[in-house]
Formats: sequence, structure tokens, C-alpha cells
Amino acid sequence: MRIPIAALIGLIFTFAYFFVAIFAPWIAPYGMAEVVSRDVWLPPSSEFLLGTDNLGRDLLSRMIYGGRTTIFIATAATILSFTTGSILGFLAAVLGGWADQAMSRFVDLIMSIPSLIFALVVLSVMPVTVPVLIVVMGLLDSTRVYRLARAVAVDINVMDYVEAAKLRGEGRGWIIFREILPNALSPLIAEMGLRFIFMVLFVSTLSFLGLGVQPPQADWGGIVKENADGIVYGIGAALYPAVAIATLAISVNLVADWILNRTTSLKGGRG
Amino acid sequence: MSLLLKLLAQRIALGLLLLFLVSVLIFAGTIILPGDVAQQILGQSATPEALANMRRDLGLNDPPIQRYFNWLGGLLQGDLGTSLTSGKDIAESIGKRLGNTLFLAFWAAIISVPLAILLGLIAVRYRERWPDKLISAVTLASISVPEFLIAYVAIFFVSVRLRWAPSVTTINDSMSLGEKLHTISLPIAVLTLVVLAHMMRMTRAAILNVMQSAYIETAELKGLRMFTIIWKHAFPNSIAPVVNVVMLNLAYLVVGVVVIEVVFTYPGMGQFLVDHVSKRDIPVVQACGLIFAAVYIGLNMVADIVSIVANPRLRHPK
Amino acid sequence: MSDKLLKVQDLKIGATVYPPGEKPHDIEIVHGVSFKVEKGKVLGLIGESGAGKSTIGLASMAYGRGGVKITGGEVWVNGRDILKTTNSDVRALRGGEVTYVSQSAAASFNPAKKIMDQVTEAAILQGKFSKKEAERRAVELFRKLGLPDPENIGNRYPHQVSGGQLQRCMTALALCPEPDLVVFDEPTTALDVTTQIDVLMAIKEAIRDTGVAALYITHDLAVVAQVSDDILVLKMGDMVEYGSVDQIINNPQEEYTKALVSVRSIEHAEKAPTPEPVLKVQNITARYKGTNFDVLKNINVELHPGQTLAVVGESGSGKSTLARVITGLLPQSNGSVHFAGRDLSKDLAGRSKEDLRELQMIYQMADVAMNPRQTVGTIIGRPLEFYFGLRGAEKRKRIVELLDEIEMGEGFIDRYPAELSGGQKQRVCIARALAAKPKMIICDEVTSALDPLVADGILKLLLDLQKIEDVAYLFITHDLATVKAIADSIAVMYQGEVVRYGGKTDVLSPPFDDYTDLLLSSVPEMKLGWLEEVIANRKMESAGN
Repeated sequence: MRIPIAALIGLIFTFAYFFVAIFAPWIAPYGMAEVVSRDVWLPPSSEFLLGTDNLGRDLLSRMIYGGRTTIFIATAATILSFTTGSILGFLAAVLGGWADQAMSRFVDLIMSIPSLIFALVVLSVMPVTVPVLIVVMGLLDSTRVYRLARAVAVDINVMDYVEAAKLRGEGRGWIIFREILPNALSPLIAEMGLRFIFMVLFVSTLSFLGLGVQPPQADWGGIVKENADGIVYGIGAALYPAVAIATLAISVNLVADWILNRTTSLKGGRG
Repeated sequence: MSLLLKLLAQRIALGLLLLFLVSVLIFAGTIILPGDVAQQILGQSATPEALANMRRDLGLNDPPIQRYFNWLGGLLQGDLGTSLTSGKDIAESIGKRLGNTLFLAFWAAIISVPLAILLGLIAVRYRERWPDKLISAVTLASISVPEFLIAYVAIFFVSVRLRWAPSVTTINDSMSLGEKLHTISLPIAVLTLVVLAHMMRMTRAAILNVMQSAYIETAELKGLRMFTIIWKHAFPNSIAPVVNVVMLNLAYLVVGVVVIEVVFTYPGMGQFLVDHVSKRDIPVVQACGLIFAAVYIGLNMVADIVSIVANPRLRHPK
Repeated sequence: MSDKLLKVQDLKIGATVYPPGEKPHDIEIVHGVSFKVEKGKVLGLIGESGAGKSTIGLASMAYGRGGVKITGGEVWVNGRDILKTTNSDVRALRGGEVTYVSQSAAASFNPAKKIMDQVTEAAILQGKFSKKEAERRAVELFRKLGLPDPENIGNRYPHQVSGGQLQRCMTALALCPEPDLVVFDEPTTALDVTTQIDVLMAIKEAIRDTGVAALYITHDLAVVAQVSDDILVLKMGDMVEYGSVDQIINNPQEEYTKALVSVRSIEHAEKAPTPEPVLKVQNITARYKGTNFDVLKNINVELHPGQTLAVVGESGSGKSTLARVITGLLPQSNGSVHFAGRDLSKDLAGRSKEDLRELQMIYQMADVAMNPRQTVGTIIGRPLEFYFGLRGAEKRKRIVELLDEIEMGEGFIDRYPAELSGGQKQRVCIARALAAKPKMIICDEVTSALDPLVADGILKLLLDLQKIEDVAYLFITHDLATVKAIADSIAVMYQGEVVRYGGKTDVLSPPFDDYTDLLLSSVPEMKLGWLEEVIANRKMESAGN
């Protein structure tokens, strides 16, 4: 299987990020909240590869642990969003009628409020802990996955091969798992990548606004918030998360694009 | 014509219904309150009687539905409630700030919309060649980074290193328009970039879709010049999809403005909302949340209405 | 030499292909084609899909659709090689000297502008006529082409007129600037046969009246025989045969041409009805949920074991709806369906596995009738598992038997649908239906999407299989030539009713009801001068009324 260069780079970087996130405690040179120096905002040196942050902690270690937190939350929220959205979306497409109408109208209602606003409203009354963040972000975003899964399933449902299966007398289970799902996988997997990126951006934004991961736990958005004051003095510490997030997002984007292109052609579309 | 009016009326009615339901949703979302509002206001050392009185005064003992209708009734009369933390009338506090937020959003929209259409046209004209790929790469990078980070990068290079524009953007009435614009030039620029990046991909797709239609080929086979084809055939059919895209993406403004105001400490509604979320000032959160949602719903509604009106099958029925 | 309007010399055309999983590369799709068209003459370009006929037609306007490039040769129009002239000269050529009529007028008209604007646009912009003159010409053309209300039809929008009318408007668009050559690209392929004949007549008369030259592109040899002076037969980008229409139709030299000329000439003797029908449709009336009119009205037909009932009709006749009622996808509001001695439940849910097994269906578009993620083996094997519980080696043996029956080999078991040709895909669908050992198969327009020669192959296969497996066919189609080839009995449907029903010979012999008369007389025959006869007959009829 030949993988184009762009997708290959994307895959490599994505794996690298996840690897570092999983093995953070063994990779980070110092502890997550370990104060290593009395001097704040030291420039990069051989001792502290990214310098120190606003409290004299090693910035590289904070970034590594921050990646772990951010990626963990984003992954968990994506899995929640994805499973909820897909299952409900498929059900809506296959059941049709009242069930479909009720679910879709409810999803429309939730999507009438911008996600950030809705999250802010809910977080003003809930305790801000990691599980709450995961659930709120996951459920809010499942609406988008619902719409996509439903649309894909509806498209497939009207294909003649699904009708042929119905006429054969196949049960609902066979139709969903053997006829619809295999053909719905690729657009859904590509979308999963995009949702993941959105989660990374979302949790970073919430942490930046002070409503996400709470200090001293490290998180990329939080790191920006902590080091933001340094910007006016020309200290670039707050910008490292920008590079980290951008690289991760672009890599996942490249992989998602590749998956989407690879499988539209299997339907015999292009040639 | 009557089918058109019927569809329009339906869409507007739907928009109002949505707004109503959203208000219910926002209110309900804040009622699942584990803590105690009265306690928060009076503090830890309050006596039980004082707490009971406060609860009665705030109407906390009433059933939720009644509380909702009290709130709704107040809203419709222009009373947005009272802040828990400052005790001030919310409508008064918001008034000025809403104006500021709209000012910022307005300028960002004015710049980003024509730019998005222009770049979309360029990307389609030079499809798959370097201008298109360059634009795609830049927009991809822009939407891969959260707005606050783009803002800080901008501040770092433009404000601190180059000293072209300020990073703290408090504006007041004593400034002239020019002064105001210079002060908030950086937030406008960042907001524009964010909205532009999202909008560009979709305007490109919308324009491309029109350009690949069969009737454009017919026009080419009539020997028309490219400019004539675009002006007489592509343009009239692109208005609806492009306006649609614009409206949908202006919704990103609603979200982006919140974050941008925090970064630049701009005295707008976004910053107001975020401050009061941390302080758990429910009435403020409800009011601000509702206003933001209303704007979002309004923009989506306009997008749908434009789609309906621009459809030749509806304007000239069989 | 001076009379040659269009001279194409050794034309070569290439395109970029994007095979899945590989790098895109360039291939040649037209390999050196030469022909000429003289003033006032019509050249028919005929071939199956992939022949390159549309591509060549567009190349005569120096145009390549979607990444197709002209890579070699010369195209001389009115004495100059348009492949080597300037862009502005090419633009002057298009819409001025050479114009184009596309296959789908519905997509080719700008939905946001009035018809008149678009019809006169080229004429005005090429500086040939003033606005007033162009509009006058347009109305005249509308009248000549038989459009209703020619004075005012130009004020309508494209979606406000029917498909056949729009196709004629497009012809008016092409003729308005008084061109020297018109390229007709499959102009009637997408139309019903009764509409097609009207448009064909209109085009033929317009060509004769205006004296314009034309390239007429189609895959239907019978149609092209009616309008052309010469014919060029194409196959996969190569010239097969090139000669006068008389020579090609009456004395074809090449094997391929001979096959095209003799298409649908399969002989099939009608069988007499047996005492017990395998399918009996009684008083069926049906409507779609949420509508308030009947799509099927009191349908009564029978199908006998091992025989074929052809259900013929145009779009909107209800023939496909009848299939949906019989299979249980659309419960009828009235009437009953008897199958193999028992009453079938209205609803799919109420039918037993045996009911479902004995009644199979084959679809028009084989591409979407098969799950792209399943191999041929899985597709054919599933009914064997599901109905007969076959597994493992036993199942595989039966799959190979079925593959042999459809004239494809064991090597196809692990292939995916995307790797098969159109004809092969349909064969696999046939095998899938046969795997269930049904008593009856509904064939819903199974050859309509295939090239004529491939379709012939499928029809022959179906007839052979009918003898071997003794299976009955309910054959739904709009193509009368197919009906003549394979039916034992025929039902003609029009607007939800059966207007004529009986054995093949009876149905196809006069006296006819009005609709069947119209239908039968509208089917182009492979003989010269047929269209003129029809035109003359129709004029006589309307004169006599």
C-alpha cells in the first residue's frame, strides 16, 4: 500500500505525539510541577531545553505533561462524541419516522447555541474537573458526529444493494453491520480526526479562559495563560504551545485527508 | 410568489421558536446548580434566617417553571436581571459592552467577507496551481491553531517587537474613530484572519461548484470571454451559496470574539461573560449566553432566508 | 476541397487518469481519427461508451472537457487549423461558426436566466445579429421546432418547461447564430421514446430548412441512420468503418459494424400460456404515502412459469411501482398478489423466507446494486448461506457453478465490483438472483444502462438461463426492441394503467389503441427513410383530423 508523502509525515508526527503523551513520565526530564530554578523565564539552555516558565519550572517538562493532559482529554472526548453520535445517527437513519424526527430536532436545538457559549454556560454551574470537561465537550460535539453519521447512513440506506438485502429478508443487524457500516467507515474515520483536532483546540481554549484544566496540572492552554504576562516583555514562552498544537492539528488533518481520498476511489468513483 | 412568502414565514417562525427553546435550555442548564446562590451572595458567615430571607427574595423557592417565566417576562421587558457579584443591573452593564463587541465584530466582518470572496475567486481561477495551494496551506495553518494563540503570536511580533499596534485595547468615547481603529487594529486583524480562514475554504468550494456546472461549459462553447462567463453566468448563481457561506461563518465571529476580547482585555460582552462564568454569576451568564445565542440563530436564519429567496424555482414557480 | 467545412486529420486526444492507489498518469483516448464534413451534410458519429465520440465532437470546437487535451493532428474549419489559431479566433469560432447541443439540456441551461436570453446570447455576442433580429430568429426557430406558444416561451425559465421542450430550445440556441456546423451530442438519449421522435423530427426538419452541416453523435444506430448522410463507426478511440449511411446500414463490412446493425435481432418464439400462472396480479391499486392520487390503477396481469412477461412503458407509467408492489416494498391499497399458489402479504414484513427466496430482483444500475465492499464471492455466496445454509467447500462449489453459468470463471471470486466492467457487474447480479433458485425474477430495466452490444449479451444470457433453470421473468423496460426480442406476453402501461395486454404476437399486431400506436410508431427502425415515413404519416393523420 503506497502512502503519499504528506500522509506519511502526518502519520509519523501523530504517532510521535501520542507516544510522548503515553510515556510522558519517562520522557520528561523533570517533574510536572517541579520548581527547578529560582529564576523565572530563563531562555533555552542545555539544562532546560525550552527554558523555564513563570514559576521557575522546566518548560519542556510542562509541555510534555501538558501534551499528555491535552491529548488524553481530547482523545477521551472524541471517543465519547464519536460513539454517541454514530450510534444515534445510524439509529435515526435506519429507524426513520418519529425517532428520527425527535432526535434530529433535539440535535438541531443544541446546535443552535455555539459550542463555546454552551460550554461556558454549563461550566458556570458544574465543578470544573477533568471528567466533567470530557463529558461536556464529548456530548456537545456528538451533535456534529450525529449529523454526519445520519447523513452517511441515509445515503447508503437508499442504495439498491441495501434494498436487495432487505428483499432477501436480512435482519436489521446484518443490514447495519454488514451493509451500511463498512461503507460508512471511511468518511466517519476521517471525521474522527477532525473532531479530535477540534477537541484539542476546544480544551486549550477552555483552559486558557480559566475554565478547563486547573493548575498546577499542565495543559497547553493553561501554559499559555500562565506565561501570557511574559509576552509584553518579549518572552516567547507562551508561544510554544502554538507550535505544538499547530503541528499536531496539521498532521492529523493530513492523515484524515488521505483516508477520505483513499476510499472514495474504492467505490470506483474516479477512473 | 405565495409559496416563497410561506417558506419565508415558516423560517422566521422557526427562528423565533428556536430562540424560545434556547432560552429554556440555557435557563435549565443553569438550574442544575449544585451550590447555593444565596450562600454565595451572603458569604460563609451568614445566618440561617438571612439565608432563608435571601432565598425568598431571590425567588429561589419557587418552582423552576415559574422562575423561568419570571425571567422570560423580565427579558421581554428589557430587564436582564441583576448581577449576583456586583449587584448592578445587567442591562446597564451590558449596554456599553454590547456596542463595543458589535463595533469590533463589524469591522472584522467588513474586511473578511470581501477578502474571502476575492481569495476564493483567485483560488478557483488558479486551481491546483501555486496561488491556490498557498492559500490552502495558509488557511489550513490558521484553522489548526486556536484563536488565542494566533492573538498572542500577533501580539508578540506586531506589538512587542515591531511596536505597530497596542496589545491592551481599552477604548472609550473620548477617542476619535481613527484612534479607536488604531487601538483595536490588532484584535480586528486576528479576528479577521480567524474568520477568513474558515470562510475561505467554503467560498472556494461554493464558487468551484458553480464553475463546474454544465451551463458554464455551454457558455464557454458559445465563445464567451472568461470575464463575461463569470459575470453573466457564474456570478448570479453564486450569490446564494456564497451568502450562505458568509452567514454561517460569521457565526465563528460570535465565538472568536469572546476569546479575542479576553486576550486583548477589550471591554466587550465576551470578556464580561468569561469573567462572570468564573465567578459563577448565573444571571449574567444566562443573559449573555442568550444574547450570543440569539445573534447566532439570527445569522443562521438570514443564511437560510437568502438561500430560499435566491432559488429561481421559488421566485418563478411553474 | 473548397466545399469541405470541417476536416479532421489524424486527431489524437489524451486524458489524465487517476487510478485508485496509483499515481495519476496520461493516456491516449483517441488514436488518430480522420474524417470530413461538407457543407449541408450530416455525419453521424456512432459508438459505444468509451468510443470517444463526444470527445471528438468537442474537439471540432477545439474544446476538451475536464482535463482532456488534444495532443496531435489537425482540425480544419472553413480553411484554417483551429488547433493552431489564437484564443480569440477560437472564441469567435464557437457560437459563431460551430455550435453545440448537449445531451442534457436541463443541466446546460443557466437556471437563473430566461430562455430567450440564453438562446440569443451567442448570436448577439458574436455580432451576427442585433438583439431584435436575434429574438425574431429565435421565435421563428421555436415555431419550426414545434414548441408550444413560440411567441412567449422565451420568457420562461428553464425549470418551467419540460425536458423535451428544453432539448428543442437548446437546438434553437445552436441554430440561432446561423452557424455553419452544429455538433449534436446525444440530444435525444435522455428522452422518452415518444418525446424522442418529436425532437428527432424537429431536428431533421431544422437541418433541412437551414442547410446547416452537422455532427450527430449517438450510440443508437437506428437513430443516426435517420438523420445522417455519412456514418463513422468508432470503438475505443479507433475508427472502425467510415462510409455513406446506405453502405453502413445495408452493407456493413466490419464485424463490429455488423454486430451493431444486427443488435436486438434476437429471435424468440412466443410460448403459449400454461394452465397455472406463477404470478397473478389482481386488481392492484396503489399510491405513495402522503400523496392523493393513485400511481397504479386496477392492474391485472399474469406471468406463467418459465416465461417472460414484458411490462413496457415510459417514465411515469408506473412500471417500476408495480415491481415495488409485487416485492412488498409498497403495500397496495387494493387488490392482491398471488404467487406460486399462495397469497403474498402486502408488506415485506409479513412474508416468509420461502416467499422472499422464490421471488428475486435484478436492478438497472449494477454499480449500486452491489455492496462495493464485498467480493463477488461474498455477493453470490450470501443467498446460498442465507437460504440453504451452505458453508465452506460446498458453498464455494456452488458459487463456481453459478459463475460458470454466467460465463465468468472461478477467478472472479475474489474480485470487487469496482474491478468489473458494466456487463460483468450485471452478470454477477444475475448470478446472485439465481443462487436463490427462484421461481420468478423481476428484471427492472436491467439492460437500459448498458451499451447495445453488451445489453445483447445479457439478454441472450437471460434467455439461455430461462431454459436451463425454468425461471419466469417479469421484464420491465421502456425499450420495445428488447420486448420484441425476449417476451412471451406483453403489458403496455401508461399513466398507471395497463392499456394493452396479451401474448406478444397479439399485442404487437394491429388494430392498436392510441397509446400503443404512438409508442410502436416512435421506435426508430434500422432502415433508411423510416423517419420520413413517420413524418409523412403524422402529417396525414393531423390533416385528416
